[in-house]
Amino acid sequence: MNLTHQAVQIARRHTTGVLLRVRPLMHWRWRNWIELLIESVIKLAGVSTILIVALIFLFLVREGLPTFLDIPLRALFGDRWYPIEAIYGLWPLIVGSLLVTAGAILIAVPLGLTTAIYLGEIAPPWQREILKPLIEMLAGIPSIVLGFLGWVVLAPLIQDLGAPTGLTAFSGSVILAYMALPTIISISEDALYAVPKDYRDAALAIGATQWQTIQRVIFPAARSGLVMAVMLGIGRAIGETMAVMMVTGNAAFIPSFGADMAFQPVRTMTATIAAEMGEVAQGSLHYHTLFGIGIMLFLITFAINSLAGRLVGHQTTNRRQGGRL
Amino acid sequence: MKRQHTQKLAVGLITAAAALVVLPIILVIVFLLVKGIGAISWEFLTAAPRNGMKDGGIMPAILGTVILSMGTSLVCIPLALGAAIYLAEYSTESRLTRWVRLAIVNLAGIPSIVYGLFGLGAFVLFLDMGTSIIAGSLTLGIMTLPVVISTAEEAIRAVPREFRIVSQSLGATRWQTIRHQVLPHAIPGIITGIILGLSRAAGETAPILFTVAAFYLPNLPQSASDQTMALPYHLYVIATQVPGMPLSVQYGTALVLLLLVLSLTLVATLIRTRMRRNRDW
Amino acid sequence: MIQPKISVQNVYYTYSSDGLEALKNVSLDIYPNEIFVLFGPARSGKSTLLRLFNRLSDLLEKGDYQGTILFNGRDVFEPGTDIAALRRRIGMVFAVPTPLPGSIRDNLTYGPRMAGISRSELPDRVERSLRLAALWDEVKDRLDESAFALSGGQKQRLCIARSLTLEPEVLILDNPTSGLDPLSTSMVEETLHELKQRYTIIVVPHSVQQAARVATRAAFMLNGELIELNDAGQLFVHPQDKRTEDYVTGRFG
Repeated sequence: MNLTHQAVQIARRHTTGVLLRVRPLMHWRWRNWIELLIESVIKLAGVSTILIVALIFLFLVREGLPTFLDIPLRALFGDRWYPIEAIYGLWPLIVGSLLVTAGAILIAVPLGLTTAIYLGEIAPPWQREILKPLIEMLAGIPSIVLGFLGWVVLAPLIQDLGAPTGLTAFSGSVILAYMALPTIISISEDALYAVPKDYRDAALAIGATQWQTIQRVIFPAARSGLVMAVMLGIGRAIGETMAVMMVTGNAAFIPSFGADMAFQPVRTMTATIAAEMGEVAQGSLHYHTLFGIGIMLFLITFAINSLAGRLVGHQTTNRRQGGRL
Repeated sequence: MKRQHTQKLAVGLITAAAALVVLPIILVIVFLLVKGIGAISWEFLTAAPRNGMKDGGIMPAILGTVILSMGTSLVCIPLALGAAIYLAEYSTESRLTRWVRLAIVNLAGIPSIVYGLFGLGAFVLFLDMGTSIIAGSLTLGIMTLPVVISTAEEAIRAVPREFRIVSQSLGATRWQTIRHQVLPHAIPGIITGIILGLSRAAGETAPILFTVAAFYLPNLPQSASDQTMALPYHLYVIATQVPGMPLSVQYGTALVLLLLVLSLTLVATLIRTRMRRNRDW
Repeated sequence: MIQPKISVQNVYYTYSSDGLEALKNVSLDIYPNEIFVLFGPARSGKSTLLRLFNRLSDLLEKGDYQGTILFNGRDVFEPGTDIAALRRRIGMVFAVPTPLPGSIRDNLTYGPRMAGISRSELPDRVERSLRLAALWDEVKDRLDESAFALSGGQKQRLCIARSLTLEPEVLILDNPTSGLDPLSTSMVEETLHELKQRYTIIVVPHSVQQAARVATRAAFMLNGELIELNDAGQLFVHPQDKRTEDYVTGRFG
């Protein structure tokens, strides 16, 4: 109490001087203008993202529209891509993209899901500490490096296994699968993690084994997140270019239907653009058609991502900023 | 008990699958290290290619990638930072905000080759920049936006809300609060995002194919309107376009690119963990 | 007749999130140089009301506001109000001590620096406000240490000092001693009496006892309504309303 008294005394002695009021500042108006200016610049930066997406689409359309105007739709979706003779049938490229993507998803989704389960439910903490950065690292490897490895290592390996050539849809699928894995794993992991711990504990408490818990409780509860993982995986795979171009053989033919379908060379939409744009005459129909393929790729990924974005939106709008006062 | 057998089998399979994912990653890195390390020498890193690129080094390609990365950050950082601040601090639950978020999600999803087409149509041709460092940087910069925006926004949001309230209750304006109480604490996270974005830009090939990359240049670029060689494209060229290229040069180039990109990623991760440990709130 | 410092006229406030009517037709005047105590059970609308005074409500949960709040006779919700300037003149201390990251000195100079006050004036302001908050002797040799290194009581007095660096006209303290030990609490209370000489003080107290100790006038709030307002001597000794009496004597709350 004495201490308090002393402090107050000292304070009293010291505050008898002239008081300095904070007057409304001379240039507060000026400051407010600056504030307004900064706010507008920041807002503009935010809105510019919308503008950029629009511009991207606009420029694709500007260069690619003639494709859809000058080539009859039947010819455009014809089954032969042979630009030298001005035959622009996109069907082989679409089939190529679909085949490689489907293969990649067939490989990546089961692997990704199980890896996410392993990381979330089975792996001891020390393993998680090592594995997570490693998987992040996979996301960081440039696609050209993976393509290069596919070209010098994987393709010869597949050929040794008896395929006529190693540069096949399957080789593309394998490389693509590994490129899509980090996305799939991290999203499935989030989905699994979001399952309330109570569910798990309750299942284990009534005597379910770990696997039964995963199978009957965790999977169903995490389903929507898992669907999103698959969708974004597809989005990632269908747009990949360099690696696919290096390992799929780049033959613009529709592979003959059958068991060995995956082991024939194909050419994807992305690879076609990358491989041919350098050689076309600007303004030619071939040039416009490559942009036309770009429009299709844009629309496909736009649809996938908008859908996935809405799913994500549902999850994050509920998240409030923490804070207590 | 049958249940227990199923359980054992399932766990075994799950573990095997995880191994199937992880082991190839290790294998790839170790393999490239072993195969590529022999090609890397002082000359390889600092000399220009000679003898149809079969001899000499890859310095112009390394330099080109560094220049492009700097150009990318010039384009990307101001825009991404602005957008991240907008989303974290100024946006309300409005239709506009939803559109901005949708735009960012879609920017992240657009295939890199489509960015290349856009760069060709918009910068190279429409704005008449030609295949140039500036056209390439603009293309890569825009492609990098979504990564940097998302990480920066997250970093800004992670700053406790109390700081903002206390700051404004002390008469600081909104921007002063952001400038003095929010950004300083978010900077490590923002830098992490920028480096991650750059590491991705540095490794990309498709967006630079038609906007900047040169097959072979006898001279180094002199200005922003020149073309340049770049590591990823160079690797593509020597692997697929030049017959008789010694494998060791190819492996060496791949390793240099991999190390460059991964070391950027590593730096980003280190900054993140370092700063997390040092904060006192 | 003295002009009220703050005049609250028929204020209603409803939170958007859960539709809670936090304030129902509240009217009261707060005069210069008094310690005005606003007390009542949790969720009775005290904090909601206080946060309207300096428009901190703008930053927090959204709600529907009606009525008038005058500060020196001017409506604080008038369009074009310089909110930053308003907040400099109505200081606020929160229940949880909230130092900003940085040194003790950084915390104290932050407000003045943002207000554009010249650097040469800062050391003076730091010392004066620390003395007023009875913290000077404890921290004068460690002004450059982290503010987080202080004890809970010291942190809260730092927050009071920090508000004082702006020389506000009104100081609002929303349950400022909630986490403090008895000694720190009495130091803060002493400080309040000292500050009354120069400022208008509004306090949400920690307890009825504290309310009675520090108040010159007091208002009892319940479920968003103002139940009773009177001089402290009257209100705590002879409450007019049954509900006030029950609360003051500890029969509920």
